[in-house]
Amino acid sequence: MPEARVIPLRPDDDEPYVPPASPPGWEEQLAGGLEFLRRRLTGEYETDEFGFDPDLTDHLLLPLLRPLYDRWFRVESQGLENVPSEGGGLVVANHSGTIPADALMATVALHDDHPARRRLRLLGADLVFELPFIGTMSRKMGTTLACNEDAERLLTKGELVGVFPEGFKGIGKPFRERYTLQRFGRGGFVTAALRTGAPIIPCAIVGAEEIYPMIGNARTAARLLGLPYLPITPTFPLLGPLGLVPLPSKWLIAFGEPIETASYGPAAAEDPMLVFNLTDQVRETIQHSLYQLLLQRDSVFG
Amino acid sequence: MPPAVVLVTGVSRWLGGALAAELAADPSIGRVIGVDTVPPSPEMLRRLGRTEFVRADIRNPLISKVIAAASVDTVVHMNISSTPAGSGGRTPMKELNVIGTMQLLAACQRAPSLRRFVLKSTSAVYGASSRDPAVFTEAMQARAVPSGGFARDSVDIEGYVRAFSRRRPEVDVAMLRFTNFIGPRIDSLLTGFFRMPVVPTALGYDARVQLLHEDDALAVLTRATTGPFTGTVNVGGEGTLLLSQAIRRLGRVQVPVPTPALGSVGRVSRRFGFVDYSPEQMRFLNFGRVVDTTVLREEFGYTPRYTTEAALTDYARTVPPVVSPRLVHSVTTRVRSVLEQAGDTATAVGGRLRPAPPAPGLRAVRDA
Repeated sequence: MPEARVIPLRPDDDEPYVPPASPPGWEEQLAGGLEFLRRRLTGEYETDEFGFDPDLTDHLLLPLLRPLYDRWFRVESQGLENVPSEGGGLVVANHSGTIPADALMATVALHDDHPARRRLRLLGADLVFELPFIGTMSRKMGTTLACNEDAERLLTKGELVGVFPEGFKGIGKPFRERYTLQRFGRGGFVTAALRTGAPIIPCAIVGAEEIYPMIGNARTAARLLGLPYLPITPTFPLLGPLGLVPLPSKWLIAFGEPIETASYGPAAAEDPMLVFNLTDQVRETIQHSLYQLLLQRDSVFG
Repeated sequence: MPPAVVLVTGVSRWLGGALAAELAADPSIGRVIGVDTVPPSPEMLRRLGRTEFVRADIRNPLISKVIAAASVDTVVHMNISSTPAGSGGRTPMKELNVIGTMQLLAACQRAPSLRRFVLKSTSAVYGASSRDPAVFTEAMQARAVPSGGFARDSVDIEGYVRAFSRRRPEVDVAMLRFTNFIGPRIDSLLTGFFRMPVVPTALGYDARVQLLHEDDALAVLTRATTGPFTGTVNVGGEGTLLLSQAIRRLGRVQVPVPTPALGSVGRVSRRFGFVDYSPEQMRFLNFGRVVDTTVLREEFGYTPRYTTEAALTDYARTVPPVVSPRLVHSVTTRVRSVLEQAGDTATAVGGRLRPAPPAPGLRAVRDA
C-alpha cells in the first residue's frame, strides 16, 4: 500500500503572525516580583553544581546590569551569528577596565542580543572566590574557577564558556597600554577546547579600557591588601566614592568567526606546538578585530 | 561469593548498627560481628538480630584476637569520628581515628583469612577552598591539604589503608568517600546544624552542598561489603543545593555572622550542645564541595534513590519549619491583594478626576 503523504497546508517558512508582546502592566510586574520573593524565601528554585542560580540571575542580577548595558555604556554587539545557538563553545575575549565589567557586559550581550538567549559561563581567578559577597555572587551568576577541570566539564555539558586568558595582566594594565593584548596565559583554554572539541569564538571588547583609565598603581597598598593591583585613576581616589562611577565610554563587542577544534581530535591537546599556534592565532584575531572596532568608533564617548 | 564472617567497627552508631542489622538479615552471610567501645542502645540491640556484639576498643591489640579467633574475612571500618564533641575532645578523637585505624590495619595484616576491607571515608579529603574545582572526581586531590580536624584524619586514614593495600595486595580494598549524610534517623554534622531554629552562617559566603540520604548510604555500604568493587568511589546524591537554599527550604532562619565572630558563636553553640564550628567545617561552610558520582553509577553499579533535593525533603519531615512556606505564601498573597486594591482605587480616582475623552467614531447627531 502506498504511504499517504502529508501535504502541509502552509509552507513551513510561513510563520504565524505573533503580535508584539505589550510591556507587562504594573499588576503583572507586582505579581512577578512577589512570586520571586516567595520563591526566594522558601528556597524553591534550582541551582547547579557550580553554584549557578538562574532564577536570581534572570530576575535580579541581569535586570541590574541592563541599564549599564543599554544606557550607560550603550553597548553594540556584532557578529552574534558566529556564536552557536546550542552546544559548547569557548568565548575568548580581551580583558580590561580594572574591574571585570567587560565580563558582565559580554554576559548581558549574549543573553539579551543572541536569538538563543545564551548564558555565558565565565571562568574567574581564584581571588574572585576568595572574596566574600563577590565570590558568592559570581558563582550565583554562573562563574566558576578558571581551571581545566571546570572548563571541560562545562563545555562537555554544552555550555558557552567565557574566558579572559590575559587575566590580571590585562585587566590591571596601565591606560597607556590600552588595546594591546598581554600574554595569553599558558594556553590552558586551548587545551580545554581541544579536549572537548568545542569551537573557540574570539571576542573583542572595545570601551572597557576607558571606564577607569588607570594612570597609576598603588603597589604598596595593593600588597598590603593582598590585591594584584590598586588602581589610581583621574577620579579615584581623588573624588572618593564618586571616583567609583565608571566613565560612560561607548562600547562595542564583536564576536569573530569560530575557530573549529574538533578536527584535531582530543589527543592534540598533548601537542604543545599546536596549542601555542592556536593560542597565537586566537590572540592575533582578537588584536586585529580590536583595531577594526577602534576605527569604527567615532569617539571614546560617542 | 558472599563473605562468611564480617566484622563491623563503630556498630553502636546509627549507620554502623543499620549496616550490621542489614548484613545479619542476609542468610548467605555466616556471622556478623559488631565492635564498638560503647554498647549499642537497647533499641539498636533489638534490630541487630543475630549480630554478635564485642565491646572492644580498636585502639587495643585485643581486636587482633577477635579477628583471628573468628577468622574474619571482611572488615568494614566505620569507627571514624567526625566531631570532637562525639568523642570527648579533639585529642581522643584523633587518637580514635588515626591510632585506631592503624591498630585495626595492623591486626588485619596479620589475619590470613582476610579477603576484603571496606573503609567508610569522606569527601572531606578533598578539602574546601576557593582554589578548588567545582566538582571533584576520584582522581583529584585536595588543592589545599586540610590542616587539621576530621579532614586531616581522613587523609591520614586513607594513606594508611593504601599502605595496607600495598602490603596485602590480595586483599580487596574499597574506599567510599561519602558526602554529607542526611535523613530522618541519622545523626550527622548537617542534621544537627539544620535542627537549630536560627542557623548562623558565614557572612558573604554560600556553600554548595551535596547530600546523601541515609538509606542510600546504607545500601552502598551493604553493596560494598558483599560486592566485588575495589578502588575508591565518591558516594553522593544527584544534584546540589546552596546552603542558604537548604536553610530556606527547611524553613530555618539564616543569620549571617562575620567570619571572625563565627568562632565565638561556635563556642557558645558547643556549650549548649548544638553543633561545633571547627575551622575546617567553617571552610566547608564557606565554599562547599561537590563530587562527581560517575564511578558510583557506572563501575560500582549503584544509583542513589534520593537526589540531594529529595533527601533534604525527606529529612524536612522530621524538623517542623520555623517559617512555614504556607505563611510566606499567605503573606505574599495578602500583600498582593492589598496593593492591587490600592492600585484599583488609584485608577478609579484618576479616572474620576480626568475622565477619558469620548471615543471618536459614530455619534448620534441631534437635529437643530
